[in-house]
Amino acid sequence: MFARLVYESFRRQTRRKLLAGIAITLGVAVATAMIAVATDIGDKINRELRSYGANLVITPQEDTLDVEIGGINLKPPSDGAFLNEADLPKIRGTFWHHNIVGFSPMLPVRAKLTNRSQAEEVTLLGTYFDKQLTFGKEDFTTGVRITHPWWKVEGSCGDGAQPRPVRVEDSPANGTTSAKGPAETNGASSCGWPNDNSQDVLLGERLAAKLGKRPGDALEVSGRKLAITGILSTGSAEDDEIVAPLALAQQILGKPGAVRRVYVSALTKPPDALSARDPKTMSPEVYDRWYCSPYVESIAYQLQEAIPHSHAEQIRQVAQNEGTVLSRIKGLMLLVTLAALFASALAVSAAMATAIFERRVEIGLMRALGAGNVIVSAVFFAEALLLALFGGVAGFTAGSLLARQIGRSIFSSQISIQPVLFPIIIAIAVFVTFAGSAAAIRRAVKFDPVFALRGDA
Amino acid sequence: MSNAPVTLRTAKDVAKRRAHSPHTSMFMRMLIRAAMLRRGRAASALLAMIVAAAVATAMMNLYVDVQAKLRTEFRNYGANVVVVGKDGQALPREALRAIESALGTQPLAVPFGYAVARTSDGQSVVVVGTDFSRARQLNHWWNVNHWPAGSARSDASTSGLSASLPAKASDETAAPKRRRNAAHGVSRGPAPETMPAPEERQNIPVEALIGVRAATVVTPTRQPFDLSFQGKIIRLVPAGLLQTGAGEDSRIYLDQSEFENWTGVAPTTIEVAVNGSPDEIQQGIKRLAAALPTADVRPVRQIMEGEANVLNKTRATLYASATLVVLTSALCVLATLIGWVFDRRRDFAIMKALGASERLVNGFFAAEAAALGVVGAILGFCIGIGAAAWIGRANFHAPVVPRFTVFPYVLAGSIAVALISAVLPIGLLRRVQPAIILRGE
Repeated sequence: MFARLVYESFRRQTRRKLLAGIAITLGVAVATAMIAVATDIGDKINRELRSYGANLVITPQEDTLDVEIGGINLKPPSDGAFLNEADLPKIRGTFWHHNIVGFSPMLPVRAKLTNRSQAEEVTLLGTYFDKQLTFGKEDFTTGVRITHPWWKVEGSCGDGAQPRPVRVEDSPANGTTSAKGPAETNGASSCGWPNDNSQDVLLGERLAAKLGKRPGDALEVSGRKLAITGILSTGSAEDDEIVAPLALAQQILGKPGAVRRVYVSALTKPPDALSARDPKTMSPEVYDRWYCSPYVESIAYQLQEAIPHSHAEQIRQVAQNEGTVLSRIKGLMLLVTLAALFASALAVSAAMATAIFERRVEIGLMRALGAGNVIVSAVFFAEALLLALFGGVAGFTAGSLLARQIGRSIFSSQISIQPVLFPIIIAIAVFVTFAGSAAAIRRAVKFDPVFALRGDA
Repeated sequence: MSNAPVTLRTAKDVAKRRAHSPHTSMFMRMLIRAAMLRRGRAASALLAMIVAAAVATAMMNLYVDVQAKLRTEFRNYGANVVVVGKDGQALPREALRAIESALGTQPLAVPFGYAVARTSDGQSVVVVGTDFSRARQLNHWWNVNHWPAGSARSDASTSGLSASLPAKASDETAAPKRRRNAAHGVSRGPAPETMPAPEERQNIPVEALIGVRAATVVTPTRQPFDLSFQGKIIRLVPAGLLQTGAGEDSRIYLDQSEFENWTGVAPTTIEVAVNGSPDEIQQGIKRLAAALPTADVRPVRQIMEGEANVLNKTRATLYASATLVVLTSALCVLATLIGWVFDRRRDFAIMKALGASERLVNGFFAAEAAALGVVGAILGFCIGIGAAAWIGRANFHAPVVPRFTVFPYVLAGSIAVALISAVLPIGLLRRVQPAIILRGE
């Protein structure tokens, strides 16, 4: 009888059930989408924060002081220690290598620039642009196009077309670069960027203006003829420099394999009480926990382990602020999600309350026929449960699609939905539906059947 | 809710009221009595309206205000505009004041002058003259265990730059986040006698902020040390250590006026933190370039583009979320109000049976819905403002400023939703004969 009551209720009141079901579906969909976005926003914003550039720098352990003003190095170039370029792929072998978005080695050298028989000392910065490297069985690309996304190059495309501005943002800087083939990263946006194995260079925009050089012109540097593929604009010291493939800088310096420092861009966890502690004073368990958390400090420590005779340090301007920005945005989304959950819970409760209130007569009839409060409530709760389950499943599906759409349109990457979210969402849907029904059912059950049946409600 | 006593009391009330105020319009009376007699249902409909209006207000308010809040957070990344002398020349003396007057809204501008000095054993080291109290406000990420006294001791009249500075270099105003290095201790004892005593040495040692890498070279034991610049020698006391992980670590920072007294080098770079949207910053740059024709004004692209990127994404996410939340709460109101109006189909039928025109009945329900929308919007707006302020305080440690410009939207939205939810069921009911409704079918 019980099952039949519930079944008939669904069969005969399809429209009413549909309305309540739609309300639950929409509420659950919004809740699912918001929870998915809120749980994933930290990761997404963390990747966006990488557009501030590297947050770690590796220098030789026995380095001498930098004597540098406004990007002009006054130190004798052969002075000081170097890192070995051959060690760099080992960065991909560290514990948190999945969090390392990219790295760029830097080797500034003094070079003699000959322009119209006038000689001038300039800084030539050797680096990777979009270098293909191999670590173990893994191929990956890295370089300034990933770690310095604000560098803009204006250059001519290979076929002698008109120079056009190239935005580096167009290149995939979302950390999945290592998984992609070089064909994708060297797409149309690579106009003007020199090849890492060539003798081509980028000319800083202020230096270019001073020399009157344009992309496609040649440059005589330290007795070598170099082709300018593009004009580089960075808004900082590189605007007065020549930026060249690392190998070329090493040739000019006469030290193959030498690297002055390496900038590493890594996804990190905001600092907390544990991150600031000195690993030397930790107990083994605390040390393991520290080592296995992607704090900027522990990643620096691991980089130092991976590269011999090196010293890795966080770039505080970037590393210290991203934690605050990240926690602010996460906190904001958490609060907004709470508001969304509240609003959808309310919508579901309101729909349920209305649906039950409309059925006072039915309840009055059941009670007049001798049904106890428990039985009447059980029928309605069973209906609510069914509605919540159907609405929950439909809402979860719709919400996942919504979250995916949000992720794709805003962050142009997927928002992953943890499977564990499904039971949680269903539980919340059932709970909210019950809570919304409970008050209405209680009121309906208390209502005198006589009045209900007389239609005096 | 028992009906019989209510009817009795109503009849008495009505009789009494008619005696006192015979001119109250029937329309108004119906509106008010409808709300009074079905207090429970009316209250629940109003509650839904208030909650929805509150949530919508809070979301809109947040959306408008959060960008400003986040921009303030992004200013912790430091300067976004750099002013340098053209071709490496020094900036004019009044540059700092010109920047402040050009930008108006109290920008944070920090002067830097650079020189290469030699240590007593002949090593080169970069020495920078700056204003400590300003640098400290601009560069929050500098990890400093103890800030030097700064311009407090300097002779303000010797430098046009430091004259305009606020002399609030107290150490406690913004305590460094980490005082890990405080344990090193700072020796400020008398100068050791091992150093040579050249003629031009100043009597009072000058406090300096030493970059961690520079410290290992110039003063590994944290003792006072001498530096020479073009034959002039200065005695420096390491007041504190500076750690940034970048170029600053290899430099020594002095107070601007001490630096100028010693080297005669005026500031060559001024770093400015300009607040505002990208457009405002661009305009600020233009104004700066016009105010300082001899200088090069450059945006710091790393900071500006990173900020724009993160801010745009956050704003878009917030927009999507706010839209979802507002839609959901509008839906909640719609569901509740439709139920409420539908529930009163007997009123509707009686009115029609008594000969009320279609227009009157529609007007009655519409007026009721509009009144509900207005009351709900006003109460909800107040609550929503409070909620937004609380979120601001909880997340950004600064209250969100109430935006009254949001109110018209909330009001219009509330009334629109209320009207829609009144008109929909009326449209359905109109087709039904009043008799059928009254018979209870």
